[in-house]
Amino acid sequence: MVKTLRIDDQDVSAGTDDTILQVAQDNAIFIPTLCNLEGLKPVGACRLCLVEVEGYRGLAPACVTRVEEGMQIYTQSERLQTYRRMILEMLFVEGNHVCAVCVSNGTCELQALAQRLGMDHSHLEYRNPAKSVDVSHYRFGVDHNRCILCARCVRVCDEIEGAHTWDLLGRGIQSQVITDLNRPWGESKTCTSCGKCVQVCPTGALFKKSKAVAEMEKEHEFLPYLNTIREVRSNG
Amino acid sequence: MGKVSIATVWLDGCSGCHMSFLDIDEALLDLADRISLVYSPLVDNKVFPDSVDVTLVEGAVSNEDDLKKIKHIREHTRLLVSLGDCAVTGNVPSMRNSFKLKDVLDRAYFENAQVNQRVPDVSIPPLLPRVRPVHQIVPVDVFVPGCPPSAATILQVLGELLEGRLPQVGEQSHFG
Ligand code: SF4
Ligand code: SF4
Ligand code: FES
Repeated sequence: MVKTLRIDDQDVSAGTDDTILQVAQDNAIFIPTLCNLEGLKPVGACRLCLVEVEGYRGLAPACVTRVEEGMQIYTQSERLQTYRRMILEMLFVEGNHVCAVCVSNGTCELQALAQRLGMDHSHLEYRNPAKSVDVSHYRFGVDHNRCILCARCVRVCDEIEGAHTWDLLGRGIQSQVITDLNRPWGESKTCTSCGKCVQVCPTGALFKKSKAVAEMEKEHEFLPYLNTIREVRSNG
Repeated sequence: MGKVSIATVWLDGCSGCHMSFLDIDEALLDLADRISLVYSPLVDNKVFPDSVDVTLVEGAVSNEDDLKKIKHIREHTRLLVSLGDCAVTGNVPSMRNSFKLKDVLDRAYFENAQVNQRVPDVSIPPLLPRVRPVHQIVPVDVFVPGCPPSAATILQVLGELLEGRLPQVGEQSHFG
C-alpha cells in the first residue's frame, strides 16, 4: 500500500510504515537530525527533527512519526528554524563543547548542524558543568563533556553488537552514559572492544585514544549493511 | 566619503584572531585606502577614541580589566563584532568555569609552583569568577565564530561592513 501526502509544497508518496523523516530523505528534503542514524532503531531523543503537521496540536518528531494518508507537513517554517537553533544552543550550553580542542573538530555532526542552521552564538548562559573523562579502556575514551545523550552508542552496542555495555543513568542535566553498572569502561566485562560505539557517536564524546585534535573521523556506513545481514539471517 | 574607523581589541584570547586578520595579506593594502585603524594591538594609539565605527573584539571577558574595557568600548563603538570563538563562546579560556576560581588559582600558584607561592596581585587585573562571552556582557552586532575565523571570512565581514551592510557569516565559518 502506498500513501500520498505533502511535505512543504511537494506531493510525495510513501510506504505504509515509513516515518516522515524517511519520506523526506527519499525526496531530498532536509530535516536536521542528531540522534537518528540509519540502521539503528529511532528513539526521538534529540528533538531536532521536529516538524509541523497540519491538524496536530504540537510538533511531531519526524524520525518516530509514521506518515498518514493526506498529511500536510511543513519542515522549514520560521518557528521550526528558531526551535532548531534553540535546541542546538541548549546542547552547547549543557556540555563543554570546546570545538577548537576536540578530536572531532571539523567532522562533528553537532558542529556541522550549528553551521548549517546558522546557530552562530548562544542566547543562553553556558552552564560549564563539571564532567569527567574516562580513558580506562585500552583503545577508546569517553569524554562526557562532549556527550549529547543521543544514545546511539547505547543502541549500536545493544542492537548490533549484542553486548549492551552502554546505558543511560540519571535525569536532566545529571544524565550521562555509563558502561556496565557505572564501572570504568576498561573494567567492562561485556565490552568486546569492537569500536562500533565510537564510530556512531556524532561528536567527539567517544574517540580512539591515538587521535589528537581534529583527527577523529567516524565511519558508520557499515550499519545498514550489518542490519541487512541480520535480517536475512533471522528470516532464514 | 571619509574613511571608516576601525578598532581591534584583544581580551582573553591567544592573538590567533589578530594573526588571521593580518593573514588577509595584500588585501590589507586595498583596505588601507578605505579604513583607518584607530586603535589596536597593531598600532600605537593607547587611548580608545571617542567614536569608532567598527570594533572587532578578540577574546572572552575573563578579568576586571576586560570587563571595564568592553563596557567602555561598547559605549564608544557603533558596531561591535565578536571575532572568533573566545569572544563568541568563551572557548578555551572558559574551560576554567567548571572549577571554582579559588581551586584554579590554588592549582596554578600553589600546587604547581615550587617557589614564591602566592597569587599575583600587583599590576595585573584580578580574574572574574566566571569567563563569559562578550555578548553576555554587552550587546554584540555581528558574530564571527571560528578558532580562528579564516582570513577569507574576516575579509568578507569587513567588506560587508564597509559597504554598509550587516554581514551574515552563515555557513562560511563554524565553531572550532
Ligand atoms: S566497543 Fe563495541 S562492545 Fe564495547 S561498548 Fe562499544 S559497541 Fe559496545
Ligand atoms: S557518547 Fe556519543 S553516541 Fe553515546 S550518547 Fe553521548 S554523544 Fe551519543
Ligand atoms: S532525530 Fe528525531 S528526535 Fe533526534
